[in-house]
Amino acid sequence: MYQATWQKTTYRFADLKTLMAKATPLRSGDVLAGVAATSAEENVAAKMALAEVPLKRFLNEALIPYESDDVTRLIMDRHDANAFALVAHMTVGEFRDWLLSDKADTKALGKLAPGLTPEMVAAVSKLMRNQDLVLAARKVSVITRFRDTIGLKGHLSVRLQPNHPTDDPKGIAASVIDGLMFGCGDAVIGINPATDNVGAIIDMLSMLDRMIERLEIPTQSCVLTHVTTSIEAISRGAPVDLVFQSIGGTEALNSSFGVTLPILKEGREAALSLKRGTVGDNVMYFETGQGAALSADAHHGVDQQTCEARAYAVAREFHPLLVNTVVGFIGPEYLYSGKEIIRAGLEDHFCGKMLGVPMGCDVCYTNHAEADQDDMDTLLTLLGAAGVTFVMGIPGADDIMLNYQSTSFHDSLYVREVLGLKRAPEFEEWLERMGLADKSGKVISEKPTKALLEHAAGGVA
Amino acid sequence: MTPDDPWIALKRFTDARIGLGRSGSGMPTREVLNFSMAHAQARDAVKTPIEWPSIEKEIAALGLETQRIASAAPDRDTYLRRPDLGRRLGPESRQVLSQRSPSETDLLIIVGDGLSSTAVAANAIPTIKALLPHVRKNEWRLGPVLLATQARVALSDDAGEFLKARAAVMLIGERPGLSSPDSLGAYLTWEPRVGRKDGERNCISNIRIGGLSADEAAFKIAWLLREAFRRQLTGVNLKDESNYQLGAGKRPDALARPS
Repeated sequence: MYQATWQKTTYRFADLKTLMAKATPLRSGDVLAGVAATSAEENVAAKMALAEVPLKRFLNEALIPYESDDVTRLIMDRHDANAFALVAHMTVGEFRDWLLSDKADTKALGKLAPGLTPEMVAAVSKLMRNQDLVLAARKVSVITRFRDTIGLKGHLSVRLQPNHPTDDPKGIAASVIDGLMFGCGDAVIGINPATDNVGAIIDMLSMLDRMIERLEIPTQSCVLTHVTTSIEAISRGAPVDLVFQSIGGTEALNSSFGVTLPILKEGREAALSLKRGTVGDNVMYFETGQGAALSADAHHGVDQQTCEARAYAVAREFHPLLVNTVVGFIGPEYLYSGKEIIRAGLEDHFCGKMLGVPMGCDVCYTNHAEADQDDMDTLLTLLGAAGVTFVMGIPGADDIMLNYQSTSFHDSLYVREVLGLKRAPEFEEWLERMGLADKSGKVISEKPTKALLEHAAGGVA
Repeated sequence: MTPDDPWIALKRFTDARIGLGRSGSGMPTREVLNFSMAHAQARDAVKTPIEWPSIEKEIAALGLETQRIASAAPDRDTYLRRPDLGRRLGPESRQVLSQRSPSETDLLIIVGDGLSSTAVAANAIPTIKALLPHVRKNEWRLGPVLLATQARVALSDDAGEFLKARAAVMLIGERPGLSSPDSLGAYLTWEPRVGRKDGERNCISNIRIGGLSADEAAFKIAWLLREAFRRQLTGVNLKDESNYQLGAGKRPDALARPS
């Protein structure tokens, strides 16, 4: 039992799970699940009660039972008590104060990460304002490598997302050329395929591989298909750089995605066996998003933001190159408005970084949400300030295959110009060598160069 | 644009917004406005209520009876926040349907607003029109055409259960894309009853001008329905193989368009 008293009213919360849900800033998904606070005052009272909870408590009271959920087991079994010692005496409220202090610097936060559980970081995030989420996340450094170096301070990478509704190779190549000219693609060139046919997937992988090889681009490719399809493609000799999978924070949600922790391990080992990385071996790419657990009826009464943070514990087990929250894709029944999407994007980025995950964000919305490009500009700018690892780059922000709006190639130029953010160093050098950008990293031309066109065409042929 | 502009060649391969040009780091004014208009159309498709009277008139002209129903979601805002309410009949509709004398219904056609009234206004009537010859040929007995407000796909289960329909087809406005705010979906359910799962339906998507034509859609719906009646099921175990039949010379003339 947890409680807080304000003036004459005492609010009681039956367990930690209830307290966490009631303390969450209001969002439609928690209302839909019936776990949200029922008044603004109850919401703040829950925050007050949560602020008094010792961090140690999260090691003794599991939100989802250890016996019935393998993600809980992963979190508990992997917890590093030595790393935790630094903050073991703190309450959630004291932890927030400490995170904002100078004592919580890059080095301290890096050492602390294995000592934190998703529930601890979710809890503290519920007490933080947007500016706190920006400030604390900014101090964390998570660096990953495959063919370039991602996550250095003052750098921002972009996934080039050249989707096409029928996976047409020339259509995909045309979008890749456009993106490269904007200096996008240092995180990954990643296609969401329309098909799950393994032969078609291998064709796409081969095409991207030829383009990257001919143009000598220091980046990696990915076709975002189910992990078992990637394993099958690898067994057939396909050039797989990164293995992709959607993951979630409960065993039941992962099961609805058709994956288990052993399958993810198998996928990682298959990709590692190819030894295709040149500067590192982070071979996994994961996507997540608040609300997924509820939509699969796999949330156990846990609020959607805490479920989401638990997904990052799954991610970090497999040393991914990239993880991103597809924050506004799921729809207004989970995140109703621009305000809710912005808040969720900042929470997810903060929680991921605190747990040591290379966290990016698909800054996005659907047309039935109360949001527009102005909201995306706001979230992109805030995430840029928070040191987000990567964002998406899509022609004109309009994904014609998945039917939603994300960030455009132009948007990446905007955020670089405003915040002075660089690309991965290897990629930035390549752009200059190709004559696509000048020494300062500014892109030059609006028309594709001959080399780009010829090699891209060669990749398709 | 010069005649040798490479973007002209590249744009042939994709509808993606490539080669937009730049104003510094930003998008040129023209493109910002084009994008805003596309978003405005998609937003209007979600927000604008359907004008049912004109649809009722057109369906009556086809010689079919109509019946208006509504889900348990009282307004658009609730509809968007509570998908569970959009899947259940509202109390009035429940009463109206329970008062109907039971009749043998093979196929229940439901038109639902879903997430795009634009899609319904543009494509529902042409699809029903194209479907009717197939209905007559197969001698399927139709129920009243239900016109459903604040509807999700699974509302067809609740309505179908009341009318004891053997199969239902829900024509519903899909989540609007920026380039396709008018896309209609057709969801087929064998023995529609409350509790059916999405995996127990077949879906034909992207019915719109510039996408799947009404004739093509009707052909696919009829093919799937014939199979559903024969095998007594819809869903993942009923694969849409109507394309093979299209290739085998049964393809209506309306399909002869460049792919």
